[in-house]
Amino acid sequence: MILAELALTPPYYLVLSALMFAIGATGLLIRRNPLVMFMCVELMLNGVNISFVAFGADLNDVGGQISVFFVLVVAAVEVVVGLALVVAINRRRADATADDVSLLRG
Amino acid sequence: MIAQLDATVARPEIAWDGLLPILTLGIGALLLVLFRSLMKQLPKAAADQAVPVIGGLTVIAMWVVGGFAGTDVPLAGLRNDLGDPLFFLGLLIVIGLASWFAQYLRLSVDAALTVMIGLTSLAATWGVWTDRYEVDGAFGLVGDQLGADGFSLVITGVIAGAIVLVALLLDDYLEREGMAGAEMYVLMLFSGAGGAVMASANDLIVLFLALETLSIAVYVMAAMHMRRSESQEAGLKYFVLGAFSSAFLLYGIALTYGAVGSTNLIVIADFLEQNRLVENGLLMAGMAMLLVGLGFKVAAAPFHAWTPDVYQGAPTPVVAFMASAVKAAGFAALVRVFVTTFADHADDWQPAVYGLAILTLVVGSFMAIVQRDAKRMLAYSSISHGGFILVGVQAASDEGISSVLFYAVAYTFLVIGSFGVLSIVSGEGDRGTSLDHLDGLSTRRPALALALTVFLLAQAGVPLTSGFVAKFAVIGAAVEARSYWLAIAAMVTAVVSAFLYLRIILSMYLGQAEDDAPTIRVPRAAGLAIIVALVITVGFGLVPGELDDITRDAVPVLIAAG
Repeated sequence: MILAELALTPPYYLVLSALMFAIGATGLLIRRNPLVMFMCVELMLNGVNISFVAFGADLNDVGGQISVFFVLVVAAVEVVVGLALVVAINRRRADATADDVSLLRG
Repeated sequence: MIAQLDATVARPEIAWDGLLPILTLGIGALLLVLFRSLMKQLPKAAADQAVPVIGGLTVIAMWVVGGFAGTDVPLAGLRNDLGDPLFFLGLLIVIGLASWFAQYLRLSVDAALTVMIGLTSLAATWGVWTDRYEVDGAFGLVGDQLGADGFSLVITGVIAGAIVLVALLLDDYLEREGMAGAEMYVLMLFSGAGGAVMASANDLIVLFLALETLSIAVYVMAAMHMRRSESQEAGLKYFVLGAFSSAFLLYGIALTYGAVGSTNLIVIADFLEQNRLVENGLLMAGMAMLLVGLGFKVAAAPFHAWTPDVYQGAPTPVVAFMASAVKAAGFAALVRVFVTTFADHADDWQPAVYGLAILTLVVGSFMAIVQRDAKRMLAYSSISHGGFILVGVQAASDEGISSVLFYAVAYTFLVIGSFGVLSIVSGEGDRGTSLDHLDGLSTRRPALALALTVFLLAQAGVPLTSGFVAKFAVIGAAVEARSYWLAIAAMVTAVVSAFLYLRIILSMYLGQAEDDAPTIRVPRAAGLAIIVALVITVGFGLVPGELDDITRDAVPVLIAAG
């Protein structure tokens, strides 16, 4: 009985997912280290993944879970490209932060 | 859940002929990268011989692939056709001319192959349009995941055309900057394939994957100039903000999925037609997130902040590609998701797009005036053009969609021409992009100055150019939809941005060039790209009927295969 009352219902997962997304978005906007920014993007995407799975379970539809695989692949690809960009920039200037790459201002 | 997995799934119908325009781009890119990784350096003699051969092969590839895309029984009449001496002779002459022309342009092998792939894709699009779409109407491609309708075909054609012209611009640019190689072309072809899938996607997840294919390739293209810090900075900025916006788009997809129960646009549209979801929080939030995500991609204010920096830093021909093909694909997705799928919820999203459109128009045109750098100016001007296209989207009508398409087609060639001229003028390292470097261009290079003048006048919307017809159509659609204030805002900001274009033109004609200004060399290939863009700009301005008919036929539909 008590266990049933404690059972996690979809809204819990949705709140968790929204929180993860919000933390990721905030982190991306306030952190200045490109690596941390990439982690924040990962956090946002994985927050969305939780939503997909929760909705999929709620709707009893596999589509939500399948979407997660696609998102995981895209996240991996994004990080590969992002890290390559950071490495390319660090070769020219060591320990670059996002504030250092600011030649373009208007 | 397990029982569900056990259920037999019907095999999706794959219409290969309809897929040909997309497949040509994707497979072409794969073959190009394979070929260049096996043969890094062609022997000099072979490279010289290869280009005319590719020129001739282009004609054959266009003929064969276009035929496959068009008719059900490809090449059935081949023996008859070739038996006809007139046809045979004509084909030989065309092949010979193409070979000679490719030689004359002094293209590199990579650029020639890219042009060939782009033209072949264009021929395939044409084949699908004339023989399939105009006869049978829209049809599904891979199950219900992709659909070929007039809308997706026009956008695919625009992307293929942009690839051809940008490849011509890139050829000399890469040579000049010491970046010669196939990477840029391969990335551009992959990106174009992603854009074409995005324009025909019938499922939000497919749309997301296509958008990522399109974007990730462009992030790398923007950062490709390894010896310019600005280029890498542009790449990193574009990447971070692009990934940020993709996450928003994805969250929008997840919320829509939660509200409706499917990511398939056909199912979503059906569901929304049958069930009135009044003030459904999930769906509202989903639509808002989708709008934010796509708004970033098409650089709508207030999500435009990356545009000027990225446009200024990235290699100029890449900017031409970003402002043409990437933008066209972004608007294609916006129209398909909002105008077509969420048609029954137009009352909910129209006000948001209304606000975005006004803000984009104002920010784009006013910020452009205060810039000192020509590339930044054109970046802001491209934002304001995005605003005009949003005005057409906001109308949420068939009129609006056809005006969006017309604008996208016209703007693609305008912007490639403008950035093409800038790419030539700015010289080595893209250094000369400030307005001072355009001073006295009319005496140094009268033809280039004239071409840029025409492009800028067209961007300002002067009659007898395609820009005028496009602006007229968009504003007409807004008036039709009774969005009078939006139409007025569009007209006022058009006048404001005309000031900017006149400023550039004045400095070209009245400014004095410095005595030590470097001589400007116009490479043949880039010259050809500019001439083509010029002819299309003026041609569609003088005779807009043809393109108008096409865009009116090209209303997007959601169609299930079989």
